[in-house]
Amino acid sequence: MTDHKNNGSGGHGLRLKVGLAEMLKGGVIMDVTDAQQAEIAERAGAVAVMALERVPAQIRAEGGVARMASIKKIKEIMSASSIPVMAKCRIGHFVEAQVLQELGIDFIDESEVLTPADELHHVDKHAFKTPFVCGARDLGEALRRIAEGAAMIRTKGEAGTGDVVHAVKHLRQIVKDMRQLTVMGEEELYAAAKEHRAPYELIRMVAKSGKLPVPNFSAGGIATPADAALVRQLGAEAVFVGSGIFMSDSTTFAPPKEAEIRARAIVRATTFFDDPKVLAEASEECTGAMKGLAISAMDPSSMMQTRGW
Amino acid sequence: MTRSSHAASPVVGVLALQGDYAPHAQALEEIGVRTKMVRTKEELAQVDALVLPGGESTTFLKLLDREGLFVPLQSFVQTRPTFGTCAGCILLAKKVLNPEQQSLGVLNATVERNAYGRQNDSEILTEETSLPGGPLEMVFIRAPRIADVGDGVEVLARRSGAPILVREQNVLAATFHPELSEDRRIHRYFLQMVEELPDASHTSHYKKTAVAQPVRTNL
Repeated sequence: MTDHKNNGSGGHGLRLKVGLAEMLKGGVIMDVTDAQQAEIAERAGAVAVMALERVPAQIRAEGGVARMASIKKIKEIMSASSIPVMAKCRIGHFVEAQVLQELGIDFIDESEVLTPADELHHVDKHAFKTPFVCGARDLGEALRRIAEGAAMIRTKGEAGTGDVVHAVKHLRQIVKDMRQLTVMGEEELYAAAKEHRAPYELIRMVAKSGKLPVPNFSAGGIATPADAALVRQLGAEAVFVGSGIFMSDSTTFAPPKEAEIRARAIVRATTFFDDPKVLAEASEECTGAMKGLAISAMDPSSMMQTRGW
Repeated sequence: MTRSSHAASPVVGVLALQGDYAPHAQALEEIGVRTKMVRTKEELAQVDALVLPGGESTTFLKLLDREGLFVPLQSFVQTRPTFGTCAGCILLAKKVLNPEQQSLGVLNATVERNAYGRQNDSEILTEETSLPGGPLEMVFIRAPRIADVGDGVEVLARRSGAPILVREQNVLAATFHPELSEDRRIHRYFLQMVEELPDASHTSHYKKTAVAQPVRTNL
């Protein structure tokens, strides 16, 4: 296990982790699978890239066990980027996380998109100096991850579908859960902690401030400039876009030029999320959205969002 | 509150294209300053001074360019009080390294991006500055390094010899994030610079008396 004495959470650790998340606010974090895509993402104005072996749409289509990306791939993407580089480890796979930290990855996503490595435990994220982002579908899940040391929360949505419906569902759920806490009496908060299966101290913190103690981003099915602006207007402080930029459908990459145009338009829509005039322009610039997969027509057992607890 | 909020008090804009603009606005409001988020040239024309926050300098540049904000901003920072932190400091510099990139070119300095390493090398230090009140907490996140400064640049703090807080006439720049600490001395110092304006109204411009004229970089 990682040595707790050398971790990043003592003293200033959490402030530095959340500090980097603050710097990413208002931006777009893009999934990339090679140096060329990383360059396209940076040129388009991404605030960070997520280094992956396969984007979620491909993982979904190809099946098999999805693991941390190959080190060669991650290094290739790191050397092509001047912006922060994130990478995913499997849920509970603290050794993949140790490896990513050793490589100098800037943010680790303990992600449901990969095949989970532990059916009970998530990674003890306090034990790492590298900050973590984790997915959540409701407030309780978000607070459990924060208790474990996550420095950023993102909605899970349903990755690799190009269907924004569950990112919206999860974001609305988190916002609604938080709003309800703010009108509760002190004694009700104990029951709320039990109901949300979250630590009382964190519940109390949210009840007081009305927001999560760490930045709240959105991911999972965002495919168009309007999708990005939608989750921003619903309260997400930044967006993750994966398959939506670089894929035409779940197995075919979009031509690089088209991907770059989409990426730029999504960056613009994320900044001007509340300005319909700019959103109309960004939507017009953006050609050929990912074909996508309607979540309502999916077999529930093929969903990634139910991984993690 | 140190200021009254009557109509004549200056409005400090915060560039809100991306990054930690909200903590900057909060820091300024805490010391009684009127703030305004700036994302367009119309909004830029309505402020007396400007903060360029932390974030990703490459993202800022792309958005400034696409929104036609780069040129108006370049002319704004020549004369108006401007405060850049981290990515904001990179944007203000005359020359940027690692990699070389476009900048506003108003601060006579060379700034190297991510010069202290990656996120794992981010740290919080407490260092002396030339501001009164003792050592100051400084939050460095994937910080840039001011590799050298030219004529007319006053160094207000250093970290292992390298300047980390500098002023050149109307421009203040920090490689760290005072907006992420509770100490408001640097924001107050900037407020003083704003108040040194001969007139808070937008028509009279801050007089620049620099010996060395700042060099503009080409687009």
